[in-house]
Amino acid sequence: MLVLAAWATATVDARSTGPGREVLRLLVQQRRITRAADIPLVRLGTTLLPVAAVLAAAVLPFGFRSVSDLPDGVVWFNAMEALAWAAVWLTGWAPNSTLSLIGGYRFLAQGLAYELPHMLAITTAALGAESLQVGAVVDAQSGLWFAVWMPVAFGIYLLSALAMAFWGPFDQPAGADVAGGAAGELSGVDRLVFLGGRWLLLVVAAAFAVPLFLGGGHGPLLPGWAWTVLKTAAVLGFLLWARRRVPTVRMERYVELAWVVLTPLAVAQALVVAVVVLAR
Amino acid sequence: MSLELFLIVAAALFCVGLFGALTQQSIVMLMMGLELMLGGVILAAGAAWHYIAPAAADGQVLIVVAITAMAVEMAIGFAVVTALFRSREIDMTDMAAELKE
Amino acid sequence: MSTAAFWLLAVVAVASGVMVFRFDSMARATFSLLTALLCVGGELIVLGLDYLGIVTILMMTIEMAIMAVFMVMFMMNPAGLMPMTMIHNKRGAAVICALAFALLVAGILLAPWPSRQGRPPADPTMDLGMSLMGPQMLTMMTLGMALFATIVATVVLATRRGRYDRYGDELQAAPPADPVRGGVGR
Repeated sequence: MLVLAAWATATVDARSTGPGREVLRLLVQQRRITRAADIPLVRLGTTLLPVAAVLAAAVLPFGFRSVSDLPDGVVWFNAMEALAWAAVWLTGWAPNSTLSLIGGYRFLAQGLAYELPHMLAITTAALGAESLQVGAVVDAQSGLWFAVWMPVAFGIYLLSALAMAFWGPFDQPAGADVAGGAAGELSGVDRLVFLGGRWLLLVVAAAFAVPLFLGGGHGPLLPGWAWTVLKTAAVLGFLLWARRRVPTVRMERYVELAWVVLTPLAVAQALVVAVVVLAR
Repeated sequence: MSLELFLIVAAALFCVGLFGALTQQSIVMLMMGLELMLGGVILAAGAAWHYIAPAAADGQVLIVVAITAMAVEMAIGFAVVTALFRSREIDMTDMAAELKE
Repeated sequence: MSTAAFWLLAVVAVASGVMVFRFDSMARATFSLLTALLCVGGELIVLGLDYLGIVTILMMTIEMAIMAVFMVMFMMNPAGLMPMTMIHNKRGAAVICALAFALLVAGILLAPWPSRQGRPPADPTMDLGMSLMGPQMLTMMTLGMALFATIVATVVLATRRGRYDRYGDELQAAPPADPVRGGVGR
């Protein structure tokens, strides 16, 4: 097994650099363990992140079908991505290391900042469709996309998708200034699972913008699944582009922005949508 | 499954929480006991809705009230601990007993 | 299926509820409590209350994550690396709790519970919403006021600084003197 992995590493090494090689390197790397670390909690925290992302993905429609179109799918998605709070804090706490604990605390502060406008934004989409079911939200957008007449909610959702996966301008919980933050002490398979989970969370958050605001599988010519893939790729590409273009935002600045500017904006947007829904 | 089974589980959660709330000296641990007790209340309310009057929404409203009570309890609890700690560096119930004088 | 789910969730809920007060590490205790409350949310889903179950899961996850921060902040020995007990009156409490449990169980088993009336609505979530926005409007408004009062009371209790600290004695200092710079133009 080990020989095989080493062989694979060597082969890939010769031909490429990049994610594949990094994955193989992490797979064969020996785990470092800090002193007095809480090993069960490290394992729990690191595995909880990808598990939360996969559970949240259960309500994602691919085309017009999802694994399970729960009657409360929108709330389910929100509850599952909230598990990331527990996952990142545990991963920061458990290795018994200062810098990684700071990373965990930073994620909670960031969570307090992004969660309130985020909840209001996805509530607005559910309000526009008059249903908490993701399938019904998609159906309500067979004509006009929600992104067109709820631009504020859409923008806030994209911001919180970045913050949720502590990605790009919100990468302080795992920032270089705290030596990797919450992920700082992780090595080997743990690191692979945690960072892979973060990627999954980003992809799932980007993909959920499609049924919520971008009309899901609706679109001309192409079948539903193709539109889902195209739109998801576009949102994900935008988020990756934002990482390159936008400087890091410290969470104490984002907290004030989120509570003083974004939350009232999101409430106003919900009010506008509520009036439109009542009037039509 | 029956109403009695659900209520017994709820009673078990409530009593474990009560034990914690009575024995723990740290205020934060005491609050965890209270949370567990309220968890038992939520479960009992859900069981009462399902097995006694599912047509009325009153059981569900009771759960909403219990969840709100948990949130309020936690927020006020932490604010009080913060204020106590700031004024006299204590975080235990026994030390706060002098407040009554 | 749902019977198996009930038993599994019930056993895990009570077991992790007990472990809350047996773990030395505060992080373990908090997340053990989270497990117990997530199981309560799962039981609600078993009972057919999907929305309230998921909301319980959502709220408890966030609440316990924040609770963990306060635990670490205020406890002397948060990681439990040096075992110590911080409990009082263990025997008395055990007697009280055993007695309370016995009484509750006796009451549960002996009470003449009314038989089930009516059937659950097709969409309990809709039922709850219509109820909160209709006959139970007063409850909803009271909850809203209670939460608002909590926000105000919490800030008043937890902050040390008032407006005179921020804006000076004449309340005219601009910009306000805050220890942490905010995000909107200061």
